[in-house]
Amino acid sequence: MKKSAITGNQGEKIRSDCQVVLQLPEKGGVSISLVSKVDRMFGEQIRQQAAAVLETLGIANAILEIEDTGALPFVIGARIEAALKQLRPVTNRWIPPMIEQNLYETGKERFRFSRLYLPGNTPSKMLNAGLHHPDGVILDLEDSVAPERKAEARLLVRNALCQVDFYGAERMVRINQLPLGLEDLDEVIPCRPHLVLIPKCEHAEQVVRVAERISSILDAHKQERQIHLMPIIESCLGVENAFEIATSSGQIVAMAIGLEDYTADLGVRRTESGEESLYARTRLVNACKAAGIQPIDSVYSDVDDMEGLKRNVILSRSLGFEGMGCIHPRQVPVIREAFVPGEDDIEKARRIVEAFEEARTSGSGVVALGSKMIDPPVVKRALRTLDLARKLTK
Amino acid sequence: MTRMKTTINAAGRQVVSEINGEAAVPFQGVDNYKPEGRQHAPPITSCSDYPADGNKVVKNLRAALEKAGLCDGMTISTHHHFRNGDLLANRVFDIAKEMGVKGLRWFPSASFPCHEHLIQYLEDGTIQRIEGSMNGPLGRFVSEGGMEGMAVLRSHGGRYQAIQDGEVRIDIAVIGAPAADQFGNANGLSGDSACGLLGFALADSQYAEKVIVVTDNPVPFPCIPWQIQGNYVDYVVHVEKLGDPAQIISGTTQITRSPDRLLLAELTARFCQAAGIIREGFSFQSGAGGTSLAVGEYFRKIMKEEGIRARFARGGSNKYLVSMLEEGLVDYILDGQTFDLEGVRSMAENPGHVWTTPFTSYNYHGKGNFAGLVDVVILGATEVDLGFNANVVTHSDGYLLHGIGGWQNCLFSKTVILPVPLFRDRVPVIREHVTTLCGPGELIDVVVTERGIAINPGRTDLIKATRNSGLPVRTMEELMAEADRICGIPETPALEDKVVAAIKWVDGTVIDIVRQVSR
Repeated sequence: MKKSAITGNQGEKIRSDCQVVLQLPEKGGVSISLVSKVDRMFGEQIRQQAAAVLETLGIANAILEIEDTGALPFVIGARIEAALKQLRPVTNRWIPPMIEQNLYETGKERFRFSRLYLPGNTPSKMLNAGLHHPDGVILDLEDSVAPERKAEARLLVRNALCQVDFYGAERMVRINQLPLGLEDLDEVIPCRPHLVLIPKCEHAEQVVRVAERISSILDAHKQERQIHLMPIIESCLGVENAFEIATSSGQIVAMAIGLEDYTADLGVRRTESGEESLYARTRLVNACKAAGIQPIDSVYSDVDDMEGLKRNVILSRSLGFEGMGCIHPRQVPVIREAFVPGEDDIEKARRIVEAFEEARTSGSGVVALGSKMIDPPVVKRALRTLDLARKLTK
Repeated sequence: MTRMKTTINAAGRQVVSEINGEAAVPFQGVDNYKPEGRQHAPPITSCSDYPADGNKVVKNLRAALEKAGLCDGMTISTHHHFRNGDLLANRVFDIAKEMGVKGLRWFPSASFPCHEHLIQYLEDGTIQRIEGSMNGPLGRFVSEGGMEGMAVLRSHGGRYQAIQDGEVRIDIAVIGAPAADQFGNANGLSGDSACGLLGFALADSQYAEKVIVVTDNPVPFPCIPWQIQGNYVDYVVHVEKLGDPAQIISGTTQITRSPDRLLLAELTARFCQAAGIIREGFSFQSGAGGTSLAVGEYFRKIMKEEGIRARFARGGSNKYLVSMLEEGLVDYILDGQTFDLEGVRSMAENPGHVWTTPFTSYNYHGKGNFAGLVDVVILGATEVDLGFNANVVTHSDGYLLHGIGGWQNCLFSKTVILPVPLFRDRVPVIREHVTTLCGPGELIDVVVTERGIAINPGRTDLIKATRNSGLPVRTMEELMAEADRICGIPETPALEDKVVAAIKWVDGTVIDIVRQVSR
């Protein structure tokens, strides 16, 4: 058994975080030492919170050292809880209250043009993420978190879901590959994420396991909510099974492709023009459209090249993708601009809505445009297109 | 220590009525204090006392200081155009120490972290006090009660006013000059220590009892242009090196890459656009910090898109502003401080790039100044309160860590906008009351945060103009509530009774004081 646990981050460039060192002696009560750059203004509150967290977790004897660079309470709590759980199995949790700003739902047909990835163990990047108005924020527990930090990131993300106002963005969590991802779900699902991203999906069965776990967690917490799923295809096998995966659960609203891993699996280099992944991308788009979900393109990794990003998004949209991941807030407006509906989209949406209105007034249960039948989700999306067009022209 | 005499000023702040043994006037309200009398005048001098051939060069700095009569209790001034690369101020006090002089007052136009070197002289009594900005280590030292005398912080314009009015009498002005002739004509335009202009040394040259020009780049008479006129100068000294060129160029003059600060800048520019401030022939001033530079870049974008040309830009110059001048987006740069070598080059080459001084731009006891002519100014702040009052010198924990600079003077521009984050780390920037009052709320029009924009209720014109702009306009109370929800409500930092610094308003009255921070 370890004697001492360390969680969190500290260093010259670290902000809004803390590093916690915890020991659990047999006796002696709780002693807390704090070095904080905000000591004069929050020192007492930090000490009180730390004591309260330990008490909630059922710890009577502890030596706790906190080195703080302005961490908010949800961060401090997550760091202490994670340190404790390194030393001893504890079933109690210290979960901060859910802010009322976070009690909104998101629909299946919502636009998902831009989703901003946020490294799951970096609190400073989370705080202002929503202000850049991405359609979604992805609290990432997978590739952006080092293996030895997975457990603490999970608690940080859980607490962030409760306390960070993302200003209307769809709140998404990318869990780890299974089976570790299932443990992620246990922590985060009760804190109302709107959507779970399932990485490195190759079989429908992976989606089913995630959906089942979510449903049993919600049952255990007596919560009734729809949690959307977005599998990410990142391998050759995944591409081959794209349609099967896309239709494996009613909770799936979108499916994404991850090209870094896919090109590695293919044994080629990812290029700017992307010919090597054209098959995979078009196959994924086709599977998604056939399944009635949104196809989402891979991230563009050069954050300084906005022109390159723009070209990439325009190509992406022309292939049928309906959104793209972002790894930097400044990518959000570029992606949005390229994906927002053009004149022809608006015209098409207008005709769909007109046909729907006509069918409704004539009492017909069936909506058709020309020879094509129009499903309700299509009408809904058309309405949203018009709504968005209105919003954008304002 | 005897008890400080205090009084409540017109802003409701308890302030000292005596500073370092001299009576001080409490702040009377923004425009209310009207002193009478005449300006300070230096002694009459005669050409017969100066070399007939105009050669005022003496063998070294110590000799010049000795000739100038350096002795206990004197006031020594320096300027800050070399910023964190300044080697001269430290050298002056090294010599004072060698000479065994005590109880000096250092009166710089600003101090920088490189002046941490002087703390030893504050400790051993060589320097009794500093009257100037308190940055970094010096601020910390003063805040913790380490300095014998009381610090006095003034704006750039307030410094000119204090010298002109005789409130501060400079015994010896030591003026570092990147280029100077033997007569003492000097400028900042060439040489290894090139810093552009020397405006902050103007008052010192005009009003000090003795003036020493120190250069590492002697040029034959005439040194053109003479930003400092040799007719004011007593002695000229040649040295190997005045400053560290890498540090003379300010480290902050790069546009921020932080997405959050870019967002602040974008919101600020969009506000100006919506309010109709960015229009043909307008004028603006934006600082040299990363966010302010980004505001300038958004201005450029809007001006290009709409075919707008600004009449002038005031304030510090840098490569971004220079490129706007060269692209024809701005007719004139009225430069108060040159922040990079592009600025230096442009000033030397371009008649549209004009050097200014605190006299022309900021002095409140003049017949007007340029600050009031500027349409919009973008400034920073450490704190802003519900009454739009702002602090720029102390942090919320009570530490004095910044100077006022031209900040107070700029508040007289037609629209004053403070883009600030709602909180820094965990420390809220929007407060119920500012820790230290530097700028009265009646002069501050707009506070832009990443979570919303608050408009001073007095500016009904701006409120009306931006009503349907789609910008996130909110009240200051709403912003503070959000900051408090995110950060928690801060504890009040413990402070001692001892007053470590007085903050002057632009007219020389005391607007607030800073107390010692408890250890």
